[in-house]
Amino acid sequence: MARYILKRLLLMIPVVLGISLLVFSMMELSPGDPAQIILGMRATPEALENLREEMGLNQPFWTRYFNYIVNALQGDFGTSWRTNLPVLNEIVARLLTTVRLALGAMVLVVAIGIPVGILSAVKQYSLLDNVTLTGALILSSMPAFWLGTLLILLFALQLSWLPAMGNNEISGYILPWITLAASYLATLVRMTRSSMLEVIRADYIKMARAKGANERQVILRHALRNALLPIVTIVGMNFAALLGGTVIIEQVFMLNGLGSLAITSVRQLDVPMVMAEVLFIALITSIINLVVDVLYVYIDPRLKSQYVMARKARS
Amino acid sequence: MSQARNAAAGGLRQYKKRSQIGSVCRRFAKSKTAMAGLIILIILVLLALLCPLFLDYAADVTGQNIRERLQFPSWQHPFGTDQYGRDVLARVVWGTRISLSASLIIIAIATVVGALLGAIAAYYGGMVDNIIMRVMDIFYALPFNLMAICIVASLGNGMFNLGLACVVGVIPGFTRVFRSAILPIRGQEYIEAARACNTSDGRILLRHILPNALGPIIVQATLNLAITILAIAGLSYIGLGVESPTPEWGTMLSDGRQYMRNYPYLVIFPGLAIMIAAMSLNLIGDGLRDALDPKLKN
Repeated sequence: MARYILKRLLLMIPVVLGISLLVFSMMELSPGDPAQIILGMRATPEALENLREEMGLNQPFWTRYFNYIVNALQGDFGTSWRTNLPVLNEIVARLLTTVRLALGAMVLVVAIGIPVGILSAVKQYSLLDNVTLTGALILSSMPAFWLGTLLILLFALQLSWLPAMGNNEISGYILPWITLAASYLATLVRMTRSSMLEVIRADYIKMARAKGANERQVILRHALRNALLPIVTIVGMNFAALLGGTVIIEQVFMLNGLGSLAITSVRQLDVPMVMAEVLFIALITSIINLVVDVLYVYIDPRLKSQYVMARKARS
Repeated sequence: MSQARNAAAGGLRQYKKRSQIGSVCRRFAKSKTAMAGLIILIILVLLALLCPLFLDYAADVTGQNIRERLQFPSWQHPFGTDQYGRDVLARVVWGTRISLSASLIIIAIATVVGALLGAIAAYYGGMVDNIIMRVMDIFYALPFNLMAICIVASLGNGMFNLGLACVVGVIPGFTRVFRSAILPIRGQEYIEAARACNTSDGRILLRHILPNALGPIIVQATLNLAITILAIAGLSYIGLGVESPTPEWGTMLSDGRQYMRNYPYLVIFPGLAIMIAAMSLNLIGDGLRDALDPKLKN
C-alpha cells in the first residue's frame, strides 16, 4: 500500500508542474507591466527599469519560471505586487475560511445525500422517492449564486434569522454551507440512488434475505457496501468541484476566503498571488483524488487482492 | 414456398424499420419528463429566435428610461423595471438569446474537440493516449472556476474569453467520457474488417468509430449544455464575463443585488430564467440517457 501511495504522490509532481507552467504562461500573456503596477503611473522610466532588473523581469521566460519553481519548492512564493507582503501569509490567513466553508458543505452533502439516496432507492417509486428526485432536479438546475441570493432574501432580509454576510461565527456560515452543498447534494443523491438500485436486485441480496437477515442489515451490510464505490468516486469528485464552487459562494456572502482573494488578485493583476493560489488549490485537489483512490482499495476487496497478488507475484 | 419467403422478407422489413434511432426516439417520447423538457426548450429557442421581431434591442432592452425606474411588476411591466427603468421581462427574454447561443457554440466546439481527442487517444492507445490523457489530467486538477479566472485574467473580460474559458473547462471531461465510450469499440471486429479493407485511420475514426459512440457523446453534450448555462451566468455574476448593459442573466442578477432588499424581483426573475433553461436541458439529458441505455430497453 505504501508503495502505491508513493507512486501516486510521484505522479502528482508532473500534474502540479504542468499546472504551474500553464498558469505561469497565462499570466505572461496578461496585459500590464508589473513594474508599472508596483510603482504606479507616475514612476520614472529609470525607476521602472531598475525595478524590472531587480525583480528579474528582464530575464527570459524559462529562467523566470525555473527560478519561481525553485523558490516555491523552498516555501518562498514571492511577495504580492500590491501589498508587498509575502504571498504565503495572506493565503494561509484566508485558507481557513475556505476550508471551513468547503468542509462544512461537504459534511452536509454526505450526511444528507447518502441516507436520502438509500431511502429513495429502497422505497423506489414511492412519494418520498418522487419528492427526492424532483428536489434533486431543481437543486441541480439552480445556479448556486441565485440560491444563495434567495436564502439571503428570505432568512436574512425578511426573517432576520441569520446574517446576510459571513462573519467568523457559525451562524454566518449556515447559509453559505447550504448554498454550496445544494447542487452537489443533488448529484450525490441521484448517484447513491442509482448505485443502490443496481445492487439491490442482485442475487446476493436475495440470498441475504433468504437467510433471514433483517432488512436493515441487508441494506446497510450487503447492499450499501457494494454500492459504495461509485458513491465514493462522486464524493471525491464533488469535493474538488466544491473547492472551485467556493469562489462564487464567497462572493455571494462576502466571505474573505481564497476565492474572493483570487478574484481581487486577478483584477489587480497580482501574478505571484494568483500563481500561489492556483498551485495551492491544485495541490489540494490532487491530494483529495489520491485519498479517494486509496479509499477504493479499502472499500473494494477485489482491488486489494489485486494489489496483494501483484506483490506476491513479484516476490 | 414463395409465400413463406415473402412473409419472411416482410418480417425482415418490419424488423429493419425499427431502426436504432427510431427506437431511441420512441423511448424518449415515452418519458413525460423528457418531453416536458423538450417542450420548454423549444419555447425558449423560439423566444430566442423570434424576440428581435417584437423587441428593439436599443430601445427596449438596453435603452434607459429613468422616469420609470424600479417599478414593481405590473400589467405594463410584468417583471417590473430595473434601476435604469429598463423592462426586466424584455431583458430576460433577450438573455435567452445570449445564454442559449453562447452555450450551444461552446458545447459544439468542445464536443468536436473532445470527441476527436478522445477518439485519437482511444484508437491509437499507448504513447498518444498517455500524452493526451496526462495533459487532460493537468486541466482536470484545476477547478473550473479557477481556470476561468486565470483565462479571463490573461485575456481580459468579455463574451469571447468567457466562451474560451468554458470550452477549456469542459473539454477534459468530454475527452475522458468519449475515450471510455470509444475504447470498447476499438477492439470490435468491424473495425478490424475496415482496417483489412485498407481504410485510412481518419476514415475509420470518422465513419466507423464515432457514429457508434454517438450515444454517450450526445448525452454528455446535453447535460453539459445545462452546466455551461450555469457557468456562464456564474462567471458573469462574479464580474468575469458579459458586462452590463448586455442583458445576460448572471450580469442582471449581480446588477440587481444592491437593490434586492427593497426590489427583490430584480434578482428573482433572471435566476428563474437560468433555472428553467438549465432544468429543461437536464430533463432532456436524463431522458436521452435512459432512452439510449440498452439495459432499460424493455
